[in-house]
Amino acid sequence: MKLVASLRALTGLGDAAGGTDHWWGQRITGVALVVLGLWFAASLVILPSLEHQLVVEFVGAPLNRVLLSMLCLVAAYHSYLGVQVVIEDYVHAAGIHRASMIVSRIGHLLVAAVAVYAIFGIGAGA
Amino acid sequence: MTAGLILLTAWLVNVAAGAAEYKQFAAAMSTLFGRLVLIGWSFAFFFHLANGIRHLVWDTGRGFEKRQANASAWFVIIAAVLITAGFWTLLS
Repeated sequence: MKLVASLRALTGLGDAAGGTDHWWGQRITGVALVVLGLWFAASLVILPSLEHQLVVEFVGAPLNRVLLSMLCLVAAYHSYLGVQVVIEDYVHAAGIHRASMIVSRIGHLLVAAVAVYAIFGIGAGA
Repeated sequence: MTAGLILLTAWLVNVAAGAAEYKQFAAAMSTLFGRLVLIGWSFAFFFHLANGIRHLVWDTGRGFEKRQANASAWFVIIAAVLITAGFWTLLS
C-alpha cells in the first residue's frame, strides 16, 4: 500500500466540502458576541459598584454564570478564528505557520478553560 | 481583542481568588497606566463591535456605494467614541 498520494491524483477533485465553515463561524459567533458583549457592558454599568462582594454576587447568580461562560467561550472561539486569519495572511513560512496555529489553538483553549473554571469557582467556596 | 480577552480572564481569576487579590488587581487597574489600558481596550471593543455590525450589513450586499461606505465608516468611529464615553461616565 502506498501512503503517499501523487499530486496528479489530488488535484482537480474540487473543494473539501467545508469551505464556508470558517466564514459562517465568524458571523454566527460575531452576532452572539454583539448580544453577549452589550449584556456584559450593561451589567457592569448597572452594578452599583465593582466591589468584590457585589461582583461575586453578580457572577454567582445562575443565569449570569451561564451567560458569562458563553461570553468567554464564544469570544475565545471568535478570537481563535480571527487570529487564524491574521496568521494565514501574514505568516507565510510553512513551519512557523503551523507552529503559530498550534500556539494559538492551545492558548485560546487555555484562556477559555481558565475563564470558565474561574467563573464557576466564584462564590462557590464562600 | 485577544489581549482584552486575557485581561477579562485575569479579572475573573482575581475575583475568584478572593477579596485581597481582587483589591490588588483593582488597584493596579486604577493607576494611570491601568486606566489607559482599560479605556483603550473598551474603545477597541466598542469599535470592533460597531464595525462588526457594519460588516454584517455588507454581508447582505448593502451599503457598498462610496457615499454609504464613507458614511458608515464615520458612523462606526463616532458610535465607538460615544459608547466608550457613555460607558465610563455611567460606570460607578
